[in-house]
Amino acid sequence: MTEPAAAVPAPLAAPRTDLTDGEWHRLHPATPLLRGGIFMVAIIGFIVANLRERLIDLFIGEENYGGDPIDEIYQRGATGWALLIIGGVLLVILVAFYLSWRMHTFRVNGEIVEVRSGLVFRSHRKARLDRVQGVNLARPLIPRLFGAARVEITVAGQDGNVQLAYLGSKLADDLRRDILHLASGLRQARQPGITPPDVAPDALAAPPLPGDSTAPPLIGPPAAHSALGTFATARFNEFRAPELDPDAAPPESIVRIPPGRLIGSVVLSGFTVFLLLAGVGLIISVIAGSSGWVLVAVLPGLIGSAGYYVSRITKTLRFSIAGTPDGVRVGYGLLSTTSQTLPPGRIHAIKVSQPILWRKFGWWQISINTAGQASGRSSGAVTSTTLLPVGTLADVEKVLQLALPGFDTDAHRALVENGLLGGRKRDAGLADFYSNAPARAVWLRPFSWWRTGWAVSGPVALVRRGVLSRDLILVPLARMQGVRISQGAIRRRLRLASADLHTVAGPVSASLSVIDVDEALVLFEWMSTGAVRSALADTSHQWSRTATPVPATEATE
Amino acid sequence: MPDRDLPQEHLPAAQLPAPESSEPSKRLELADVGEWKRVSPKYVLVEIVGTILNAVVVCGGASLLWLLLDQTWAMWVGIVVLVLSIINLIFEPRRVRSIGYLLRADDLLFRRGILFQRFVAVPYGRMQLIDITRGPVARWLGLADLKFVTAAATAGVSIPGLAEADAESLRDRLVELAESRRAGL
Repeated sequence: MTEPAAAVPAPLAAPRTDLTDGEWHRLHPATPLLRGGIFMVAIIGFIVANLRERLIDLFIGEENYGGDPIDEIYQRGATGWALLIIGGVLLVILVAFYLSWRMHTFRVNGEIVEVRSGLVFRSHRKARLDRVQGVNLARPLIPRLFGAARVEITVAGQDGNVQLAYLGSKLADDLRRDILHLASGLRQARQPGITPPDVAPDALAAPPLPGDSTAPPLIGPPAAHSALGTFATARFNEFRAPELDPDAAPPESIVRIPPGRLIGSVVLSGFTVFLLLAGVGLIISVIAGSSGWVLVAVLPGLIGSAGYYVSRITKTLRFSIAGTPDGVRVGYGLLSTTSQTLPPGRIHAIKVSQPILWRKFGWWQISINTAGQASGRSSGAVTSTTLLPVGTLADVEKVLQLALPGFDTDAHRALVENGLLGGRKRDAGLADFYSNAPARAVWLRPFSWWRTGWAVSGPVALVRRGVLSRDLILVPLARMQGVRISQGAIRRRLRLASADLHTVAGPVSASLSVIDVDEALVLFEWMSTGAVRSALADTSHQWSRTATPVPATEATE
Repeated sequence: MPDRDLPQEHLPAAQLPAPESSEPSKRLELADVGEWKRVSPKYVLVEIVGTILNAVVVCGGASLLWLLLDQTWAMWVGIVVLVLSIINLIFEPRRVRSIGYLLRADDLLFRRGILFQRFVAVPYGRMQLIDITRGPVARWLGLADLKFVTAAATAGVSIPGLAEADAESLRDRLVELAESRRAGL
């Protein structure tokens, strides 16, 4: 079935213009094929091949027919009909593909991204650019072979993504950059357009009133006008400037993950432990004399787990993370590649953690909460929540610096290091920068009480916990949704309480299970006031408003 | 340890004087936040009806299992549920009295529970939407529940048992406050 594919190159050259001009554009012509068309064709072929006997029986009515159906058609002189049927089916498929391509259009202007699609069931999706949570560029294997890519604009909410699938690879790159630029400077983009009309009436209205008295007012308005004009042009240039240089070369990754470490980290996971336990259980059950059916039941699972390892490894191979003017760019994947851009201030919580098996090697991983996470069921590459699959302490430091701009003084580094490695017991004599759980918490958390603690530093709250898996959770206060402290009967006896910082859904939950009562009240006060203060100072929803590439979050003072 | 003299703010405990260091209280109690607004006392009825309905359904199911299918454990489940419901009913008025909310300058405070205490603070700017719902019993009593929804995974704040007019004016007030403090997500 190569006909639809062969039809691809013909109308290709059409939309090579600027895609963000607010007009409706079409996607890559091979789109219907790439979005499952290939599979549909393959499945139909498969079904036809498998039902061959039945079909022959149906049309020819001959039991146990052994010959080639094509010969038979030829012998019966039905060649014309057969060709007609095949041609008709092909035509229908082509027309359907063409129509679905025709109807699938998108447009991007200064404020929104819109996608219209569907033949019978029309759908229309719109996303506001200043609410963009990230822009992903995914190249699954087959589209990648065709030189196509998918642009996915994540907005807040489950499955609230706008997908542009598929676009030419280069075009997709450009579009991502344009969308990010539009999103970053929505306000600037508007300002040059709006200020002149605002100024003009003032300049006109001002002179007549004081005009009859003296000269100075006449000089006044033009001066103000020109000042505002230069201001506007300056802002406009500011806005234009970053567009000239960036992304000329792909940014260099700040973290290198040797394949050995990556494989090691995947192998040394909780899943492996589970697998080993299952294996031991299996062997015992076989020795104990149970029949082979257990083996039959478990074996497919074991084979599937090999697939799990392979997919984990290929997915994180070639991992890269780098800072760009428009945010953190994370790329990964060997065959199907994905690169996602997280604009500044889109990270709602960060967890640096170390499973116990990794402790010997000093490896850490970083996962994050973002507002635009698609829930697991949606197909294809969902927004990854991993900022660092596995890395050393130095890598962690570098990634945190990217994720939390402004959080990189020595004090902050000490705070992070303490949060990762320290604890009350170990640093008994030293100043620990965390406010720790009291010793009586041992009744509730016999192993991890001495690592349970919290701190606030500027715009970031830190929660340290866990001993089996050491966790340090960082929550930018400007993104925190609320704080809760609670106390049940047992904790009341022990004069303890628990606290919980609310963030958007994701793999990171910032909760403290044991904490002194008075501390809990202090935490409550700090977090609630901190959240308000940081939110007021936060401007990262249009991050290039502060002309510097790194924005916003440190502006609490 | 690279440097020892961190700014004061890293040691939150040292910052504020401990509220009552002389006689340590075991309860969680926010000091001097102002006067909590209580929900309507009529809300007790809603809770009581809910508890009774729940108990009736569970005990009914359990007794069916017990009498018709001879499952003795079902009897015990039924008895436990019954006892718990009765205890619940006894404490219901106090629990309802413990529900409170407070509009501070920049955030909404909420509290509830006696045995299991809970305090929540949500900045107004984080509001995504406000829901007002009325159950059948609450509607009959002229009450409504107000829910302050944020982007967080766990539900924000839900204040039950407000008089309908109160709920609506509170909603308008909260929307207005959120508008003036609108932040990003």
